Amino acid sequence: MRITQGTFSYLPDLSDAEITLQIAYALENDWPCSIEYTDDPHPRNDYWEMWGLPMFDLKDPAGVLLELNECRKTFPSHYIRLTAYDARYGRQTTALSFIVQRPAKEPGFRLTREESADRQVRYTLHAYAADRPEGERY
Amino acid sequence: MTTFGMRPPTLEQEVTRELLPHDAVVDLGRERAEAGIEDVLGALDADLVGLAPVKTRIREIAALLLVDRVRARFGVETGRPNLHMCFTGGPGTGKTTVATRMAELLHRLGHVRKGHLVSVTRDDLVGQYVGHTAPKTREVLKRAMGGVLFIDEAYSLYRAENERDYGVEAIEILLQVMENQREDLVVILAGYRDRMDAFFSSNPGMGSRIAHHIAFPDYSTAELEEIGRLMLQGEGYTLAPETEEVFREYIGLRREQPRFANARSVRNAIERARLRHAGRLVAGSEPVDLVALTTLLPEDFRASRVFHGGAT
Repeated sequence: MRITQGTFSYLPDLSDAEITLQIAYALENDWPCSIEYTDDPHPRNDYWEMWGLPMFDLKDPAGVLLELNECRKTFPSHYIRLTAYDARYGRQTTALSFIVQRPAKEPGFRLTREESADRQVRYTLHAYAADRPEGERY
Repeated sequence: MTTFGMRPPTLEQEVTRELLPHDAVVDLGRERAEAGIEDVLGALDADLVGLAPVKTRIREIAALLLVDRVRARFGVETGRPNLHMCFTGGPGTGKTTVATRMAELLHRLGHVRKGHLVSVTRDDLVGQYVGHTAPKTREVLKRAMGGVLFIDEAYSLYRAENERDYGVEAIEILLQVMENQREDLVVILAGYRDRMDAFFSSNPGMGSRIAHHIAFPDYSTAELEEIGRLMLQGEGYTLAPETEEVFREYIGLRREQPRFANARSVRNAIERARLRHAGRLVAGSEPVDLVALTTLLPEDFRASRVFHGGAT
């Protein structure tokens, strides 16, 4: 099951040239980019691991792409996303965030039903990959 | 109203110009004008006094990049030229100024994408403890991408007397990026002649990766005078006719004294003359007019210790 999170996630995976254009757009707007990775892509897992610090004062996308490729080399089968932060007063939030790498095989999620009091049923999602320990999931 | 839908990516790379036929003729003069190189080169000639070898080399580089561009239009592919440079010369000979111009020139010629200059020294590249240097250097390199990285006093990266110095690590990362990401940034090293020579002899890898070694000569007295005049003009001052002689004499004397830093010394002399000029006007009780406010008199320079056998 293909995981869809963040911007562009219903489009085909972006090529490096397209990612470069998106980074250029972010830098034009003065949004510092940062790279995050995880192997637990549960929709409620907001806090992915940071790959280094956010990259401030960059002028050209090549610098971000350099770090991205480093991260891909280290974690060849993790999810990696690129986040652009808008620090302006009144916004101060993530302005753009999209997945730039995903594992080749994504087993998806299992729906778990839990019966509680009064025949109530609660539902929860559980990633098949999360049964294995961290680092061996994909 | 916007319509949602898939749009094909409009990539810059895909907008390639139609190749010219083999028998086409291109007017290089017009190409130059279109690229706007003349503005930068003209400004270089007007603002920088002397430095003939430097200007010649910059013209050559500009010509090479222009010809490469025209060749590409005929479909003749050339590898990207190696434009890493090393500026050697005494203090105050204009190395930083030229580097700034270089960034702009390379941008106009399409060699670098953004054309900004990131100016760093050893402190910005080398860390203080194990594992600190690599991220620091990479940080600087990332900031410089798309532009020019100017490393002032580059020889200080390598300290022969301390074999555990982290500078070597910074040099290794620099070399790697200089070799593999030539299209992303241009590195300019600067430093004094003798120390840079020692630096290159102990880091042969660095020396061989730099194609352009440009020497900045010291200025002659006449050139320094011309520089001083340009500086004064920029700040809205003029020399009284009788001051010109004193100014020339000042430069001649200052050259002979220790710690002479070419254009920088001239700037400092002018700064001090401005101080004395202001002090003189305030001390005098008569009202001042525009001429008095903008004209430096001989005594503003005469008071300098240079004329009394001391430095500065």
